[in-house]
Amino acid sequence: MSEVDYADVQGLVRFGYGHMTRASYALVKVKNVAAAKSWLRAASVTSAVATKPPPVTALNVAFTASGLSALGLPRSVMAGFSHEFRGGMTEESRARQLGDVGRNASLNWAWGSNGREPHVLVMFFAEPGQFDSFVQSAKGNTWTDAFEELTSLGTSDLDENEPFGFADGISQPQIDWEQQRQTPCSQMEYTNIVALGEFLLGYRNEYGKITDRPLLEPDSANAGLLAAEDAPARQDLGRNGTYLVMRQLEQDIRKFWQFLYQQAGGNLAETERLGAKMVGRTKAGNPLVPIQTQSIPGMDPAPAQQNQFTYESDPAGARCPFGAHIRRANPRNSDFPEGRIGALRKLTIMLGFGPRGFHDDLISSVRFHRILRRGREYGPELLPEDALASSPPNDPERGLHFVCLNANILRQFEFLQNAWIMNTKFSGLTGESDPLLGNREAIPGCPVTGDFTTPGDGGLRRRVSGLPQFVTVRGGAYFFLPSLRAIRYFAGDGSA
Amino acid sequence: MIPQSNFMVLAPIDPKREMELRQLLDSMNRAPGRVDPDNHLIPFGEFETLHFARLIILDDKTTEDVRVYGLAPRSYPLYLAFLGDIDGEVTAFLGKLIKRAGKGLGRIFSCCEGFDSDTDLLAWMRQHNAPAIAAYVNWRGRTVRQIREEGTLYDALENYIEKNATVLQNLTPRECHAKLRDFVTAEKSAGRLSLSEDSPTPQGWQIKNLLHLIGLPLLVLIASPLLILIAPFYTIALRRLEKTDPEVCPIADQKHCENLSRFEDHDVTNQFSAMGSLKPGFVRLLTTASVLKTVNYGARHITRRGRLGRIRSIHFARWVFVAGTERMVFFSNYDGSVESYMDDFINKTGFGLNASFSNGIGYPRTNWLVLDGCNDERDYKEYLRRHTLPTQVWYKAYPGLSAVDLERNTRVRQGLESLSMSDDEAREWVALL
Repeated sequence: MSEVDYADVQGLVRFGYGHMTRASYALVKVKNVAAAKSWLRAASVTSAVATKPPPVTALNVAFTASGLSALGLPRSVMAGFSHEFRGGMTEESRARQLGDVGRNASLNWAWGSNGREPHVLVMFFAEPGQFDSFVQSAKGNTWTDAFEELTSLGTSDLDENEPFGFADGISQPQIDWEQQRQTPCSQMEYTNIVALGEFLLGYRNEYGKITDRPLLEPDSANAGLLAAEDAPARQDLGRNGTYLVMRQLEQDIRKFWQFLYQQAGGNLAETERLGAKMVGRTKAGNPLVPIQTQSIPGMDPAPAQQNQFTYESDPAGARCPFGAHIRRANPRNSDFPEGRIGALRKLTIMLGFGPRGFHDDLISSVRFHRILRRGREYGPELLPEDALASSPPNDPERGLHFVCLNANILRQFEFLQNAWIMNTKFSGLTGESDPLLGNREAIPGCPVTGDFTTPGDGGLRRRVSGLPQFVTVRGGAYFFLPSLRAIRYFAGDGSA
Repeated sequence: MIPQSNFMVLAPIDPKREMELRQLLDSMNRAPGRVDPDNHLIPFGEFETLHFARLIILDDKTTEDVRVYGLAPRSYPLYLAFLGDIDGEVTAFLGKLIKRAGKGLGRIFSCCEGFDSDTDLLAWMRQHNAPAIAAYVNWRGRTVRQIREEGTLYDALENYIEKNATVLQNLTPRECHAKLRDFVTAEKSAGRLSLSEDSPTPQGWQIKNLLHLIGLPLLVLIASPLLILIAPFYTIALRRLEKTDPEVCPIADQKHCENLSRFEDHDVTNQFSAMGSLKPGFVRLLTTASVLKTVNYGARHITRRGRLGRIRSIHFARWVFVAGTERMVFFSNYDGSVESYMDDFINKTGFGLNASFSNGIGYPRTNWLVLDGCNDERDYKEYLRRHTLPTQVWYKAYPGLSAVDLERNTRVRQGLESLSMSDDEAREWVALL
């Protein structure tokens, strides 16, 4: 496999731009195709090349399926993109799987439905002093001719915390940029290193295969694209690109803390303890299970004190409940229960004669379902202690512009959202979905989905019932985050 | 123990009546994928021994695939299949079914060839029975009645715990177990809870099961000199086929996929029906039959209850030949969305998938029958989606309950019935609640 050409990859894949604390997301429709193409040709999209000092501004661009069609991408090329990208987030059955029903239904969204479906997502990042002038210059003269701005989503810098007040962004997969990882047939221990092909199209994924993407017959228009590694006679439109999932998640900070406070009988320490159980970490970000001494491959040294753990030490969920948000979102398991085992034991397990405990081996192997999170918060900060006060008139909306990158939306984001976050049957539980993100909607035969269970340490579990909906989906769409070469191709610059 | 059995009525549809049949089937649903259990044609909900049922038009769009072997595609009639998974004997069940829903069944089957108002329904259904070549039952002996009783028991316990949480939380697991057992005993004697005793296993079934248990290994033993003799030739032939058999895994049609999704994810359990043509030739037919007979034997005599290999999310599944040995359908009832189902299979029992499905035309290339194949995740998923059929009508007797829920409820009940428990056992039992 050839090396990654960082100059061809958009910077967002490699960097979160943490030091650029100001950001906004423009969601636009193409108004004039020629002007849009000319804006794209002129745009200086930030690449993933590491520079010293790092850039102080960044511009990244992504497209929806309808956006690519609007730019004139032929239907035959569109057919090479994944089903879910082409079908879109709001397609009825998909909405059901993602939990976008009830209050989350796309009917109520601020954008992404009802004629407000964006074509292009333009992401602006900058250090504080530079932001306004950067946005202005990046938009340039052609912007208003080219695009109709549906909305421009602002973000806020909550200093590494998410709006409920918990430290966030601690756990991220480590991408195997060097392509050193020999994807094993069975991964016997949890690892944080994930094959490049899980996050970038055109490279080998955790199955050792290259994910599908549009491959084109060479012609003058696409001469600037790279050849496909697995089909050298064809031009790879996907290579160095990936899919981007964006969802606007409104968080009701007051409702969250007030509910916990009430459940805790007005005890502040207890309130915080319950909150930590729901998240799986304390507000400071410390996991509820002990840090292990043995290092986990691919954990950055800095947050390792908060990341060096799996749930093997907590099989009964007594420390970190099975339903806690971070245990659902990343169960930190391997392909086989019991860790490193011999071939005979492996065979025994494969044939169904492995561990027979109720909770054993219920969760799919996590390495096929990782996502790279690149979201940003919005709305003014509201500290947990202030959230107990009733809301003033015109209380501003707060939440998260959830952004994640993955090469296979279906197997990564959608699986995670459907089988783990929203699933009322996750890990042998019943009657509860994610304590933070759950929509609390009844499903046939399960009128109650608003419980949260904390397994007892030897005794009977504790259960909180009647969780209200804390997070509401306000918008969303699936985007393709192309390589820089692909952007030039979309912009009609064949020479690229 | 009352063993489970299954039936499948398979009949060619009168082409002139296909639209009418489709409308009839649709009329049994409240919405696509959501059957009305009290529907006017077959009120499934009234049959207390029926676990799952489905009515499906076997509209296989992949019959052209035989062209990759230079064969001319045959034009098959369109078939209607009516399947059920039940407690006890098929004949007795069909009798009850006809008694209650004979009229509705008659209307449905009248859209099939060779059925008119004078036809004897039972005889016709038996005559059109398509037996499974392999079948899997998640928990042999667990009846619908038991599932419902255990569900009620679990709910009653949860309610009791909610009301008495403060007391119960301060008890040791053994004390807690004793307290809850007292509660259940009181509820039972007050007639509010019922936990039926296990019925005796029918003797006829026991004998047949024993014969099956010994029969297949005995047959293999007797045939072993012959098997050893042909093994090398068979292996060479199979390996050659594996290396040359063409793959047919184009990206599945977007409309087809979206249509399938309309019928999915309305309950925690989903139906799955997939159909295709088998690779031509004797070697492939022999492989198919042997693999599926082995699967059937393993599922019946070897697997642990509640598990198929590492998979714990399948309620019932079966493989059936469709009129001859050229085409096959696979049916299952599984928990979760189709994506988690496919991933679980690839990662947990890929070898089984490869062995049982790789004899279908176009399956991703396998090696030594069990290797590779579905590990080409992309090709495998497109292959499967392309071969999946929309299931027009699907019924499940216990909405909202996953196979793991059923296992938990059974474990809860078993624990209640045990008089003495060690500390560890009591702790594990209390953790189920």
